[in-house]
Amino acid sequence: MNAKKELQVSAIENGTVIDHIPAEYLFQVINILGLDNCDNSVTFGNNLESKILGKKAIIKIAEKFFEDDEINKISLIAPHAKLNIIKNYQVVEKKIVESPDKVIGIAKCMNPKCITNVEAVTTRFKVIEKTPITLKCHYCEKITDHKHIEII
Amino acid sequence: MDNKSLVSIDDYTKEEILEVLARAAEFEKNPNCNLLEGKVVASLFFEPSTRTRLSFETAISRMGGKIVGFTDSSSSSVTKGETLKDTTKMVSNYCDLVVMRHPIEGSARYASEVSDVPVINAGDGANQHPTQTMLDLYSIYKTQGTLENLNIFMVGDLKYGRTVHSLLMAMSHFNPTFHFIAPKELEIPLAYKIFMNKNNIKYHEHTEFNDIINDADILYMTRVQRERFADPLEYEKVKNVYILKNDMLENTRDNLRILHPLPRVNEIAVDVDENPKAYYFQQALNGVYARQAIIAKALDL
Repeated sequence: MNAKKELQVSAIENGTVIDHIPAEYLFQVINILGLDNCDNSVTFGNNLESKILGKKAIIKIAEKFFEDDEINKISLIAPHAKLNIIKNYQVVEKKIVESPDKVIGIAKCMNPKCITNVEAVTTRFKVIEKTPITLKCHYCEKITDHKHIEII
Repeated sequence: MDNKSLVSIDDYTKEEILEVLARAAEFEKNPNCNLLEGKVVASLFFEPSTRTRLSFETAISRMGGKIVGFTDSSSSSVTKGETLKDTTKMVSNYCDLVVMRHPIEGSARYASEVSDVPVINAGDGANQHPTQTMLDLYSIYKTQGTLENLNIFMVGDLKYGRTVHSLLMAMSHFNPTFHFIAPKELEIPLAYKIFMNKNNIKYHEHTEFNDIINDADILYMTRVQRERFADPLEYEKVKNVYILKNDMLENTRDNLRILHPLPRVNEIAVDVDENPKAYYFQQALNGVYARQAIIAKALDL
């Protein structure tokens, strides 16, 4: 990052920075990653200027390093998110979010006649296309395209 | 316990399809047996069905099994608000196999995950109806002697017809050439065209229903339903275009057979019924043998 620029969210010594989250999905990302129930210190900023997204959000989680399949869950709503792994105030690793092969319990099936919208069934999808992300319901076998993905 | 269930036609590999068809031929030779002696099959029809239910019940009876169940949800505990999960759990404790028809899509897959015994999907809304597909395949196999390299013509409602979609998926194992004859409003959905392109399956689309059927080995007719059209005028325009009449069959191949999942309304003129190429009533009978074979496979018998 540009050292001259003032940081909009204070730096962390060790941990993970998740950048380029679409502003409207900040709280859903927090939800999906379970940060609302996490003891680490979490700082975030929302509606920050972004060249790519217009308005973006950023989250910094101290002393937390995610497993890939844990972080890939957010790819549904934040496909451009980037992770910076921070050790001793330095970026030691950069990661991009990748689409998972399966999506379980995060998204809603867009088919109103699907059993997952009628009874309390955990949704399950196969990712049949990664860009743009396209989901096929394990139950009703209908397609939910990226424009219709709704996070539960 | 999910693996023995038949929920979607994709649950069967090509080898399994051929295995079940061979078994169906055996049941056709000797329909009565006692393979299901001492077994109880639950037949759960959450919505009414005539052909599918009677054909399942005939299959089970001819194999010596006992049937418990209901024929529509008004006579079940669903009216008291019981969930599908609870109904399935409870019934699967009583029986060795569940046969289920349900109006909600995906209900059969869910039931197969909840149930302790195999579940055979007898139709889950507009989604899947794999036993219909197996009887269609058996009818094609029996009349053509093979499933390989056939010219399959599908006519009518190709957009919403689940039997069309499942048959297309199943036939894709056997190098078919498809011809789709439908009004623009009811053409085959894009998802299936993508599937065929990916798998190098030859297909042609037509809006005219005429002598192009002279090349057909199989003519698969479906009903064009009024309620599928937003504009009633559009329905009036096409409703009489996709009707098969006897004189259209004059120059068709000798091996051509006409299939229809039934019920028919007016899309096949009654004068076709006497033509030896008409096969839809035998097709319905084949459903009993195909279902006997599917039940035997589900129970490892």
